Amino acid sequence: MTKPSANRRQFLQKAAFGSAFAGTFSLPVWAAQDIPGLPESMQKPGENFTNYGQPSTHEQQVIRWVSANPAAPGNGVSWTPLHDLQGTITPNGLHYERHHNGVPQIDPNQHLLLIDGLVDKPLSFDVASLLRYPMISRICFIECGGNSNSGWRRNPIQSKVGYAHGLVSSAEWTGIPLKLLLQEAGIKTDAKWVIAEGADGAALNISIPLEKLLDDALLALYQNGERLRPENGYPMRLVLPGWEGILNVKWLRQLRLTQTPAMSRDETSQYTELQADGKARQFTFIMEAKSLITSPSLGMVLPDNPGIYQISGLAWSGRGKIARVEISADGGESWLDAELHGPILDCSFTRFSLPWHWQGDYAVLQSRATDETGYVQPTREALVANRGRHGFFHYNAIVSWEITEEGDINHVYGI
Amino acid sequence: MFTEFKFLSTVLLVACCSLSYADTEYQTLGKPAQHLTKQAQWNLTITPEGKNLPEGHGSAEQGAKIFALKCAACHGPAGIGASAEPLIGEVGSLTSEYPEKTINSYWPYATTLFDYIRRAMPIDAPFSLSANEVYALCAYILSQDGIINATQELNANNLPQVLMPNKEGFVAIYPEENQ
Repeated sequence: MTKPSANRRQFLQKAAFGSAFAGTFSLPVWAAQDIPGLPESMQKPGENFTNYGQPSTHEQQVIRWVSANPAAPGNGVSWTPLHDLQGTITPNGLHYERHHNGVPQIDPNQHLLLIDGLVDKPLSFDVASLLRYPMISRICFIECGGNSNSGWRRNPIQSKVGYAHGLVSSAEWTGIPLKLLLQEAGIKTDAKWVIAEGADGAALNISIPLEKLLDDALLALYQNGERLRPENGYPMRLVLPGWEGILNVKWLRQLRLTQTPAMSRDETSQYTELQADGKARQFTFIMEAKSLITSPSLGMVLPDNPGIYQISGLAWSGRGKIARVEISADGGESWLDAELHGPILDCSFTRFSLPWHWQGDYAVLQSRATDETGYVQPTREALVANRGRHGFFHYNAIVSWEITEEGDINHVYGI
Repeated sequence: MFTEFKFLSTVLLVACCSLSYADTEYQTLGKPAQHLTKQAQWNLTITPEGKNLPEGHGSAEQGAKIFALKCAACHGPAGIGASAEPLIGEVGSLTSEYPEKTINSYWPYATTLFDYIRRAMPIDAPFSLSANEVYALCAYILSQDGIINATQELNANNLPQVLMPNKEGFVAIYPEENQ
């Protein structure tokens, strides 16, 4: 007896609904025929809801550029397209990647973090427990130590800015201050270093000074509000604001407190900087101040000659806040201060801009960052004179864009 | 029954509506893990002193065969000049115009070689080599530049004793410039 009556009720509801819609739709459809130029998107319903949004199909050229070893496709990098982005936050799908042996697919229910070594009591933490700890959020950049390494070459590489300098990205990271977990285990007084290990196919291990982990390091579980992406360390990673990307260990499984560093491959063979005298700089953790003009930049063309163009770019420093960005259009002969867009945060991307009236002359655009410690981004000449040409890592020199009289843009090393 | 129900619901109501700050900010949820710290899977890092080196041994002669089979495809038959990192040769090249950072020219510790091969190589099958095979590969690579004698077997005792040509080649920037 209940079925027929339910059906009848639904039928009546449908009928009422249908007739109401028929009434409201008839008028605009008829009216649209009398409005020339009305966009098609206004004359029909749009697409359905989606469970997870994607960029416009017209923005499909905005991608990470993958550069990996063909023989071992999980070993390589993908570059953030800085030239296609604005603001200071990198969308999660465009955050740069450096993997040493692919992206592990980790079941969070099977994953453990072990804190052991020079502690009072070794502890393991599962993901569900960690999600109950108090968390903080902070915005910071992460930059690969090898970012911009093409700058060491004799000839300037003609790649778009993101595909030469985009091994740096910025996100809001949310997680547990590592200090809480280390203190829970109880730190022995002779502990000085922490060997972090990832649960990936490279079992990446690297030594980090304990004092950094006690200072401002996070065990990050969230990236820009959502849980970490697999390529950014799901289910958990280290975030060490301002310090070289390799130390921000992804897929973190172990922190072992020790007296001395492990001298692992990635702190000896790699991520050390060979200088002209044959000695290599080791444990160069801080990413020094750097800036880039992202627009106009290589690959773009200035359409109006003369014309007004918004010079825009990014500056950041691993030592703290950006204090100043200056811009030159004559290859460093004269400089003007750019406007810094707030909020200006420690170890974070700071967007700068300056409206430029291009008169159609040959120009060389440069930006030069100064951080709150007074450190000034060096010229390429000064950096090479100081470090030689074989350091590979930690290239942070001023970047120069040549504007030709035709409005084309090339990468040059100065005037 | 009715009275009891009413009493309970009053208590629940009070419990639900009252919010107070926790006495301590959070609950410590780490689980005792003494039993894990001894397990091999949590002791992968090998220190310059040789801590965590497993038992086993291997010679350059054995290593040559493994190298040809499992390493040469990416690193080249001579351990240099192919798609992967150069491993062998170029000792003394670090101050030249074209320095090559091979294992033998650049790496400060031989223990790192065991650590890295075991955890990361071959790249398509990490942790697939036996301890003996890793010792043999270390012996083969190091002997190619005369860092050890071609007939010397390597094991947990003598690997940390191997003196690498570039042991003194590194300048620690932390903590000096980091303060």
